[in-house]
Amino acid sequence: MPGLGSRLGRGGATTFLQDLANSDCIVIMGANMAENHPVGFRFVVQAQERGATVIHVDPRFTRTSALADQHVPLRAGSDMVFLGALIRHVIEGGHYNGEYVRHYTNASALVGDAFRDVEELGGLFSGYVARERRYDPASWAITATPGGQPSKDERGAASDPTLQHPRCVFQVLRRHFARYTPEMVADVCGVEPERFAAVADAIVRNSTPDRTTAFAYAMAWTQHTTGTQMISCCAILQLLLGNVGRPGGGVMALRGHATIQGSTDIPTLFDLLPGYLPMPTTERAHGNLAAYLDDITVDTCGWADAPAYTISLLKAYYGDAAHPANDFGYGYLPQIGGDYSFQQMLIMMRERVIRGLLCMGQNPAVGGQNARLGRRALGQLDWLVLRDAFEIESASFWKDSPEVLAGEIRPEEIGTEVFLMPAALTPEKEGSYTNTQRLMQWHDKAVEPPGDARSEAWFVHRLAQRLRELYADDASPAAAQLRALTWEYPTNAAGDPDLATILTEINGYRVADRSPVSGFDQLRADGSTACGCWIYAGVAPQPGRNRARERDPSGPAALGWGFSWPANRRMLYNRASARPDGSPWSERKAWVWWDDAAGRWVGHDVPDFPVTKPPSYEPPPGARGLAALPGDAPFLMIADGLGQLYVQSALRDGPLPTHYEPWESPVGNHLYPAQPRNPAAIPLEHPENPLQSPQDPAYPHVITTYRLTEHHTGGGMSRYVPWLAELQPEGFAEIDPALAAALSLATGDWVAIVTARGEIRTRALVTARLEPLTVDGRTVHQIGMPWHFGYGGIATGASANDLTALVEDPNSRIHEGKSFACAVRKVLAPGPGAPDRWARDGERGDG
Amino acid sequence: MADSAIAFSAKPNFRSEAVGFLTDATLCIGCKACEVACKQWNDLPADNLGPMTGMSYDNTIALGAETWRHVAFIERTADESAIGSPVTWLMLSDVCKHCVNAACMEACPTGAIIRTEFDSVYIQPDICNGCGYCIPACPFGVPQLSAAGAAQKCTMCYDRLRGGLEPACAKACPTESIRFGFVEELYASGVARIAQLRERDVDARLYGDRMLGGTGAIGGLNALFVLNDAPETFNLPAAPDLPQRIVPRAFAATAAAALVLCAAAIAAMQERS
Repeated sequence: MPGLGSRLGRGGATTFLQDLANSDCIVIMGANMAENHPVGFRFVVQAQERGATVIHVDPRFTRTSALADQHVPLRAGSDMVFLGALIRHVIEGGHYNGEYVRHYTNASALVGDAFRDVEELGGLFSGYVARERRYDPASWAITATPGGQPSKDERGAASDPTLQHPRCVFQVLRRHFARYTPEMVADVCGVEPERFAAVADAIVRNSTPDRTTAFAYAMAWTQHTTGTQMISCCAILQLLLGNVGRPGGGVMALRGHATIQGSTDIPTLFDLLPGYLPMPTTERAHGNLAAYLDDITVDTCGWADAPAYTISLLKAYYGDAAHPANDFGYGYLPQIGGDYSFQQMLIMMRERVIRGLLCMGQNPAVGGQNARLGRRALGQLDWLVLRDAFEIESASFWKDSPEVLAGEIRPEEIGTEVFLMPAALTPEKEGSYTNTQRLMQWHDKAVEPPGDARSEAWFVHRLAQRLRELYADDASPAAAQLRALTWEYPTNAAGDPDLATILTEINGYRVADRSPVSGFDQLRADGSTACGCWIYAGVAPQPGRNRARERDPSGPAALGWGFSWPANRRMLYNRASARPDGSPWSERKAWVWWDDAAGRWVGHDVPDFPVTKPPSYEPPPGARGLAALPGDAPFLMIADGLGQLYVQSALRDGPLPTHYEPWESPVGNHLYPAQPRNPAAIPLEHPENPLQSPQDPAYPHVITTYRLTEHHTGGGMSRYVPWLAELQPEGFAEIDPALAAALSLATGDWVAIVTARGEIRTRALVTARLEPLTVDGRTVHQIGMPWHFGYGGIATGASANDLTALVEDPNSRIHEGKSFACAVRKVLAPGPGAPDRWARDGERGDG
Repeated sequence: MADSAIAFSAKPNFRSEAVGFLTDATLCIGCKACEVACKQWNDLPADNLGPMTGMSYDNTIALGAETWRHVAFIERTADESAIGSPVTWLMLSDVCKHCVNAACMEACPTGAIIRTEFDSVYIQPDICNGCGYCIPACPFGVPQLSAAGAAQKCTMCYDRLRGGLEPACAKACPTESIRFGFVEELYASGVARIAQLRERDVDARLYGDRMLGGTGAIGGLNALFVLNDAPETFNLPAAPDLPQRIVPRAFAATAAAALVLCAAAIAAMQERS
């Protein structure tokens, strides 16, 4: 979540789903909320019933559009131009909240002389190292402090509160987006100026002291080579409008599926430790604990306490084996030295660098990008341990993948030994979810899992025990790390480790008496506390109490329902819900405010601010941590406490969002013709991952992939279940009527969709819900294809991910599945290797 | 039920114990959770495992013996000259109407179809002999014969009602498009909803209401619908009625036709002789 993290301080939704009901205008962009977050969408419906305007900006007319007041179709991959034009509209029209912008953002900071914008350098920021496809951000710094050096903590930087200085962030931002006009939106996005104006008007009208606008986004912003900057662009817009931290405002990051938020909090990501502490890396000076802490600690904000969080984590990992003499076991942690993202792992498996894979809750044979390469990669492994409820495609690839059915690969040539372990599903085990709004909710076990199915906790617990036995006498550093791990969990009758014990470890405790801490402010850097994930401190504040299991729905913020990190705050940055002087912006939008008589912040939520710090507070010289931030700085995890309209170094592709075309686009970059693609994006080079050239005439159409309500991600939990399979029993591609007419296509016909990665065949669903757009003076057709389908299960179909490429956003390392280019033609049959059982078995009559 | 809940002079005379559904098309997001919850609770098999129908996102097509909730998807191209969406996509979850006077019940010769203490219309599976008379009798096409040869339809989750739970479909609906409650109250909120929607220029109507369209001799529906288009758009009959009410007229017409034919025959024979 670097898009929100870099601008606002934390990589999570700024608000909570229930709060959407308080919105006066909800812009859903880069998301199909009604289909993919139907339960959360109820709050959008509630807002609409109270009179809110709901706007859906999306290439396709979806079930979300059907409920929205306005649907604005735009070309997939052009979102930045639309957002940039909204920013320009807000700045040029004077629609920004001046008081909010001056006090709560870094608009007044002065950018250094060395900085050059993309407008000056034809699409590149200063500092580009072409040979390495990366930026050196030194020239992006906010102007030097009086001492002459760029300040590490940004405090004391020169500024211009009038926002008039040509090098102040506000003016830099203004010039940066000056060419993002409604006409540019028409040319690049294919959105008529009237439609754009209607959206801009609705947003501006509903962004005042008395009204708020919320944005909701999901994977359709994330999955681009410019995805992080799209999200950060939205954060800039919401900061300018004064909507962040206020009820009914903010940026609602809708996660891809259950507990994805939890899996970045306690991460499955290769470059993070729990609680958003960076993974030690050989690419920075992380050789010992002191150097690592010096690099990650920011003296003047919440990150001043990074040493306490880190050392408490090491104490949780290594217990008595972590002590001051051995850097608290820091040396046991592996250090990364490059990119180990999911996409890179596929290449490494394909090249036999990685020889074994534990695959849990994932179906890479369908859900992985360039799935054709992915299946070949699975076939190169020595062993594959896969835990799932069904024999999904990633377990059966060796016998029934399209390559095998087409005769390209013979099963006897695949040496992978597959161990399919039956997995318990949610009601069959105890555990927790951390949902899209950082809310941890506990669930009990309702029924015993069938047969040999077991929970992940059961499996991982035993795996760890076996590994520790296996490496008991090994002399390698890896074995030393395993031996140093604390692993003393009591087990219940079913053999599951006691989750209350694990939750207490995550919550944090005092080493001396094992008593739980009640907040991260009690964590210490001296080894006296242990904490598995500092942001969850307080979830289990007393022995026997699990706040994630509590269910009190009362109050506007439902503070007694589950536990929301950090410190049960539901709306982040809620200091900004009050004016700089501490009074509410308006009575209607009061949320948290300063009570002068009581000398504290009060309101409907847990204040996301030191509770007794008055609005007038000025930090004394030399103050550290939150004490170093003034009383009107709401963004606690950023060095100056301000929303970052301009980011100095936290983003790898520039301090400001810039429009680049998708890596594979039928359209050139209208703004920067010399730079069609994000110059810092990461293409993965492999013979089986061929990439198309910009504007390759062989691939004239835009294609976007997406999900349906009826199925779940790679289909492992839905396509194998008859009740769900029957709702969408077959794969398809949606095609607009004009393109269908040109290809003589009717619904139900077979189409071949082709990219440089290959060809798949699927059924056509001709629908006016997709419409051709006029972009740059020519007609562009957009193909839509759900990516759920595969060759296994009951509901089958060709996999859209056989078409996608391994190419990454430089910040999040996420692929580009939401916009690439393809060719389409009509075919008469599904062809060899077709996963479609109706075609294969000849059962289907034409419907 | 408090009298204040109903302030309409022409209110239908729902039975006071009657419970039912108010299904609102303007709140439906087409998620089909109602279909799945229904099948799961009632342990009904999947009955359409492919191929895809190609009819928008509707792969269920109709209510049936094993499908007691059906979400219809109506995808249309509107006026293309207007700024805004070129298409509309209407969604509505259809269900048995649990008629106040139920044609299926009148047609059932075995007494298998009964009216429950909740005023719902219930087919007793152990009594039904599979004669199928209820099938053509229903003006909505709701009951159908299962593969085993028994007539089946929505039970309004009779077993859940007995246990004090709302029907599975209403429980699962995320947007309160399906509401369960006392029909008198649902009717009042339906009427209020229509007024509210009309203020917003939505072409709204309450289906199953006597005042707005009517249900003839059926006398009202315990499953009401808020529609944002004509009933036919959702494949609902515009003026449903008890088919039994046509019987006297049909009988008279048949008798008249027989008389005319007899007279013609006699006349012809007289001419010959």
